[in-house]
Amino acid sequence: MAELGQKPFPPGRYRLIVVGSGPGGLQLSYSLTRLGIDHALLSDDPAPGGMFRRWPVFQRMLSWTKPFAGVEHHEEAYERYDWNSLLADDKENRAVMPALMDGTSYFPSRPEMQKGLETFAQRTGIRVRFGCRWESTRAVPSPAGGGGQGGGQDFLLITSDGEYRAPIVVFAVGVAHPYRPPIPGLESVPHYGDFRPVESYKDRRVFIVGKQNSGFEIATGLLPWARQLVLASPSPAKLSVITHTLVGVRARYVQPYEDAALAGGVVILDTTIEEVVKDGAGYRVRTRNAAGRELAVPADDVIAATGFVTPLRDLPALGVATFGQSRLPAQTPFWESATLPGIFFAGTISQGAAGLKKHGIPSNSGAVQGYRYNARVLARHLAETKFGVPAARERIDAEALVPYLLEQVGHGPELWHQRAYLARVINLDRETGITNEGVIPLQSFLDSGRSDAVAATLESNGQGDPYPVIYIRRDGSVSEHVLASHPLLDFTGTDYQHELRTVLDPVLSGAGSPA
Amino acid sequence: MAVRDDVVNTIAAFSLFADLTGPQLEEVAHLFDESFFGQGERILRQGVSGSGFYIILEGTAGIRVDNVDRSTLKAGDYFGEISCLLGEVPVADIVAETPLRCLVLPAAQLEGFLTAHPRIMYRLLQGEARKLKNTTKWLS
Repeated sequence: MAELGQKPFPPGRYRLIVVGSGPGGLQLSYSLTRLGIDHALLSDDPAPGGMFRRWPVFQRMLSWTKPFAGVEHHEEAYERYDWNSLLADDKENRAVMPALMDGTSYFPSRPEMQKGLETFAQRTGIRVRFGCRWESTRAVPSPAGGGGQGGGQDFLLITSDGEYRAPIVVFAVGVAHPYRPPIPGLESVPHYGDFRPVESYKDRRVFIVGKQNSGFEIATGLLPWARQLVLASPSPAKLSVITHTLVGVRARYVQPYEDAALAGGVVILDTTIEEVVKDGAGYRVRTRNAAGRELAVPADDVIAATGFVTPLRDLPALGVATFGQSRLPAQTPFWESATLPGIFFAGTISQGAAGLKKHGIPSNSGAVQGYRYNARVLARHLAETKFGVPAARERIDAEALVPYLLEQVGHGPELWHQRAYLARVINLDRETGITNEGVIPLQSFLDSGRSDAVAATLESNGQGDPYPVIYIRRDGSVSEHVLASHPLLDFTGTDYQHELRTVLDPVLSGAGSPA
Repeated sequence: MAVRDDVVNTIAAFSLFADLTGPQLEEVAHLFDESFFGQGERILRQGVSGSGFYIILEGTAGIRVDNVDRSTLKAGDYFGEISCLLGEVPVADIVAETPLRCLVLPAAQLEGFLTAHPRIMYRLLQGEARKLKNTTKWLS
């Protein structure tokens, strides 16, 4: 630990810099430290927690931590039920969240979440240079023998505390910069982040632009205060209970729908917003739907719940390609900029590495329960590919392989939370035998590997229960084997064992007996 | 990952959406997701389930069957519709030849989308007819 009163990581050159002290930056820093990878961790904030130091505006999380799950809190299997704790190798630092929650809800309050992140950082000794604001970036030649990569390039970060340099920089700066679509008049209305105390909306007509969770969160919170709520955007809202994913309005925020359906105090419009016009003390919102019908809606308040963009500052000018409304950086399967090598991403930005999105279902990389695993995989990837620190790959007996994989697809938390995105990979090498490669992105397994191997995932197709999928790579080509779902999510039965054995047998012959 | 607001202007020029009004184009842009693929990245994989219907916004992509390049797709072209319509795995790899931006709709949503937008269904049918004609020419 740094001396009291002394900030760690003074300006200078480092082999690796991580920017951001939200859950993504903290998880990556912890995982890098466990692998022995020195790095500087810089943050503009005064303390750990990132966005959860302020939001959600109604002060309760959308992700749960279920206290009673039939497994001990310090077991890895408990991570499936605890979406909010960061990951630790040491049992005493696991499952920080359930111990901090007051039991009134399985959704932690925002202050509980903040406290959980602060507790994790403090217990695990994560060092952060707080109050150090990254302001701009340049690419510069690295000093001779400085361990740079890709032709000896460093990135120069100009910060409020001075200049930092490193050949590799990981940005974990969130996706929380307010975004407003270019609708005339919308630029002057408050954004989600500018939400006032609820009492100030008493008996008012509130028009909310946007039908995603931020809009429905505000609408839900204003149900006991507003006279009328209007929610509008061009396409119908999706509901998470219908999509079977985090895409769509979460169940907690569906109440405005019921009010719209039963009472009419809430109006939900599928319509284009043409213009927001100031009208006396209030507004008039001009709308037009796909059938061409125009409607002007009077309102006392208009709130832009129109999403957020990634605060990448000058990185796009340096060559970082972005896409989508959130201006996410395009990334490789290991979260490196697809267009500017040496720049990586962690935390919720890692959703820019979309993976396969099989059946249109995104990963959970936008949320803590997904990106905490990405950060751990990224730490190992950086250690192996940039710092020459190989991870141990344990040997597995051929007869143990089937039960091990079935246990993984049923209880492996990485596979559970990152479906069809992270895969448990087993190498089947004729020379060295069967070894556990660990967890890597499924896309990397499908598109990059060559040696004989098997990958296991848990997957969903948006309907019904999740199911295991086994990918076999043999002689360079991959085959996909979809196993059946199980109503109790128990994949350990004899029918699963038999089917998996049948799938594995042809490729195991020759790999099972190490030299 | 929602779609950028500049997408409406881009897709207004595509033959698939030639019959749509401004608000209809905006509705379509909101229904689709946007994806980006780096040069050399695979978008669809031959024999792997769970594909979608893709429309290219920017860049070019190659159609690769059994590791042999067959044809190139460009902005305004689309792919994946055959596996979506038939509920089968793709019969080709689609590989980004340049950085590639696409709109994408999951297979399960294609039927509802097309039946709700008959003019787009007609344009898609024209596109399929063109593909069939080219294949017939190539075979004869």
